[in-house]
Amino acid sequence: MTATDRPPVPEDLEHVDNDQHPVGHGRMLRKEDPRFIRGMGHYVDDIQLPGMLHLAILRSPVAHARIVSVDTTAAQAHPKVKAVITGADLAEKGLAWMPTLSNDVQAVLATDKVRFQGQEVAFVVAEDRYAARDALELIDVDYDILPPVVDVRRALAPDAPVIRDDLEGKADNHCFDWETGDRAATDAVFEKADVVVTEDIVYPRVHPAPMETCGCVADYERVSGKLTLWTTSQAPHAHRTVYALVSGLPEHKIRVISPDIGGGFGNKVPIYPGYVCAIVASLVIGKPVKWMEDRTENLVSTGFARDYVMRGEIAATRDGKILAVRTHVLADHGAFNGTAAPIKYPAGFFGVFTGSYDLEAAYCSMTAVYTNKAPGGVAYACSFRITEAVYLIERLVDCLAYDLQVDPVDLRRRNLIRPEQFPYTTRTGWVYDSGEYERALDLALDLAGYDDLRREQEEKRARGELMGIGVAFFTEAVGAGPRKDMDILGLGMNDGSELRIHPTGKAVLRVSCMSQGQGHETTFAQIVAEELGIPPADIEVVNGDTDQTPFGLGTYGSRSTPVSGAAAALVSRKVRDKAQIIASGMLEVSVADLEWTKGAFAVKGDPTRSVTIQDIAMRAHGAGDLPDGLEGALEAQICYNPSNLTYPFGAYVCVVDVDPGTAEVKVRRFVAVDDCGTRINPMIIEGQVHGGLADGVGMALMEMISFDEDGNCIAGSLMDYLIPTALEVPHWETGHTVTPSPHHPIGAKGIGESATVGSPPAVVNAVVDALKPFGIRHADMPLTPSRVWDAMQGRPTPPI
Amino acid sequence: MQVTMTVNGETVTREIEGRMLLVHFLRDELGLTGTHWGCDTSNCGTCVTWLDGEPVKSCTVLAAMAGGREVRTVEGLEQDGVLDPVQEGFMRCHGLQCGFCTPGMLMTARALLDRDDDPDEDTIREAISGQICRCTGYTTIVRSVQWAAKAQRDAASADAEPVGSES
Repeated sequence: MTATDRPPVPEDLEHVDNDQHPVGHGRMLRKEDPRFIRGMGHYVDDIQLPGMLHLAILRSPVAHARIVSVDTTAAQAHPKVKAVITGADLAEKGLAWMPTLSNDVQAVLATDKVRFQGQEVAFVVAEDRYAARDALELIDVDYDILPPVVDVRRALAPDAPVIRDDLEGKADNHCFDWETGDRAATDAVFEKADVVVTEDIVYPRVHPAPMETCGCVADYERVSGKLTLWTTSQAPHAHRTVYALVSGLPEHKIRVISPDIGGGFGNKVPIYPGYVCAIVASLVIGKPVKWMEDRTENLVSTGFARDYVMRGEIAATRDGKILAVRTHVLADHGAFNGTAAPIKYPAGFFGVFTGSYDLEAAYCSMTAVYTNKAPGGVAYACSFRITEAVYLIERLVDCLAYDLQVDPVDLRRRNLIRPEQFPYTTRTGWVYDSGEYERALDLALDLAGYDDLRREQEEKRARGELMGIGVAFFTEAVGAGPRKDMDILGLGMNDGSELRIHPTGKAVLRVSCMSQGQGHETTFAQIVAEELGIPPADIEVVNGDTDQTPFGLGTYGSRSTPVSGAAAALVSRKVRDKAQIIASGMLEVSVADLEWTKGAFAVKGDPTRSVTIQDIAMRAHGAGDLPDGLEGALEAQICYNPSNLTYPFGAYVCVVDVDPGTAEVKVRRFVAVDDCGTRINPMIIEGQVHGGLADGVGMALMEMISFDEDGNCIAGSLMDYLIPTALEVPHWETGHTVTPSPHHPIGAKGIGESATVGSPPAVVNAVVDALKPFGIRHADMPLTPSRVWDAMQGRPTPPI
Repeated sequence: MQVTMTVNGETVTREIEGRMLLVHFLRDELGLTGTHWGCDTSNCGTCVTWLDGEPVKSCTVLAAMAGGREVRTVEGLEQDGVLDPVQEGFMRCHGLQCGFCTPGMLMTARALLDRDDDPDEDTIREAISGQICRCTGYTTIVRSVQWAAKAQRDAASADAEPVGSES
């Protein structure tokens, strides 16, 4: 279908006249764009400080080896080199190891062994970035090569080499075990079920690969004792606390600044050795030091995502009532457990693997292991492993539909949680806040023209053409999280917000979350505008600077709107409460006699007597009297602790054509209906969905971080790690329903990762559906032409 | 070595190492940080600038090779305080999120519209297929370029109309 004969969908038309400026929620152009379209964004690598030096890292060329010796003599002698630091040097200062976000430890620079290809071994600080790279070539490291653990399925074999011999008493590669659900109850349901479908499903290792790689500029001022770190961090406050704990610098003497960030997707949540190296270098040399990864360093060493090998089972009655799901997961955590997830949730929120269905029982057991691969695990817009969970259940439901020979939509419809069942407690203990699932499903099918598509498919199959239609329904759990349940390294997952209204009625909102392109400067101004009636243009949003913003855990897991967004709304209401008291004094009536219309308080029954929020702001700062006991100024601060997570959901339909001769998959159409509760800026929401859909197509068809048998990463450049361009993705068709969250102050649920979670199963379901004539029930991602071809020949191969 | 080139209409001369890449010359020597660097392999296109009117990946061009030639970067799009239609289009149609790929996309879009004032969707997708955007999923970029194309066609036809019979 070309652009001209495509039927318009509602959101295609909304971009017309989108330059209105709503005082509150609504489509509004972004406040951050004027600088970006002029090339005036301010990213870490744009920072140039007087006397700044450049740091480059020497990385291990092998996956597993003992370090025999490191000779830096020649590098030290390079005329432009200021310092060469090895693991042994850091060990002397007690800085060779650092904590990970999962309470494991990770080597800043290797001292004893290297444990993955690309691991940090030494660093050079030089006058310019070229000289720093040159000097890396002059460092001579002697490695004693050890056999690597590459295949996760062999990590616990008795003869597997032990990777983490740095941990006392460690004699195997076991990382952790975890389980959820009721094993006995689930086994009982499986025993009596008419139908049980079992499938081995792999979610391969992928990488967020933001267009801007990771990096920082560290600037330690000896006189003041203050360290300023400009860095690519999605969580500047959490990073500051960890740096204080690692370095011994007092926390108030550390300022972490995230300037504009060129995409994050979870890749910029962890603390990487490079940041610590730059800090150490600046402390030692006393000058600002810049470190920027190159693309290979980003792909081979920073936070990967997924890498779950899952055996899924689903039990049902013969007529299609799903009874239970059961799964065992083998999780590859790489050489160090660098997962960024709440401490009580080592598998993130994988516990929502029961999906959007009303079941009798569910059980999951998980074994996590170490391998000779880069650390990480939670990244790439996955909402703390929900993308794996949703992929598992949505594939299993399609496998069940295949075996029962029923339409996958009918099977889903029969089993979806019904609106009257909310709040719904799942069999693994999650309390879904609100949902009208069938309404979203119906809209998606309607936009896609599902029945027509099935007719078209039937005709094409008769002609030998391979057309597939894939449907997926997902429920997310985002907005972590309630402090009684959730913390990262002991830090509660709450977020602060501070709002000041200046005398002339202009406002500054300071938030602890951190935009990486999501448009917080716009969305958060709109949240305040909706509450106070101040135009968004008059509201400055500050984020990303620990000296200027209240504490909070940052932006990942789609938590900005659910947590910081709630904080912004509530701090606005706190300001409004104070404004009401001031207004009562100005209008000489009691507080109870005032009513609020957006932007002004008026006397009930006499709307001619009113004061605007701007009038009130001036009075708050002026010389006149204020009501008894009231302090001057008009400002407030809060820290928001969510009572529950929020549960966005959506229904996706994907249409693919598979070339029978080349096995190439073409995504012809993709329809996405999302429900993220209250919609603050529909334009930004649509953009978030589009980006996630492209990610999903990438993961389903192209992207994989793969290794050879020696543990060499063979996806170390963008020539090998394939990311969709404009040619691999279709024109997105989107729609929405609105089911507000009952516990969020404005009913919003978050949207950042919905599409990344929901789209991979939709694409894979479509491809497998296209291959139905070959008797194929499942094939693993990424569905590249060669893998699809193998599947068509009856020899599917699981990815490694 | 010494290199002299024209960048956004201004002649610049610098003493550089012969191996210096154009992208680093623009960013580090001239402070034109709108041009970004995103990969080492000419895949991502965040570094796209113009060299003698043609889009090039400036991470794959030596600064020395630009000697005596004309370079145009994103900083050169806005003329006399007036945004280029492609800049306006990207803002209006949400053609950007993190902004990192945007300068390269804008330079390619400008070059496309200079040779085709009404490109269809497939043509636009083909034109930007050497560049990666991780945020937008490309649909809004296509819309942005189409908006710019229409804006400049409308402006051209308004210019072509007679202003008044007596003028």
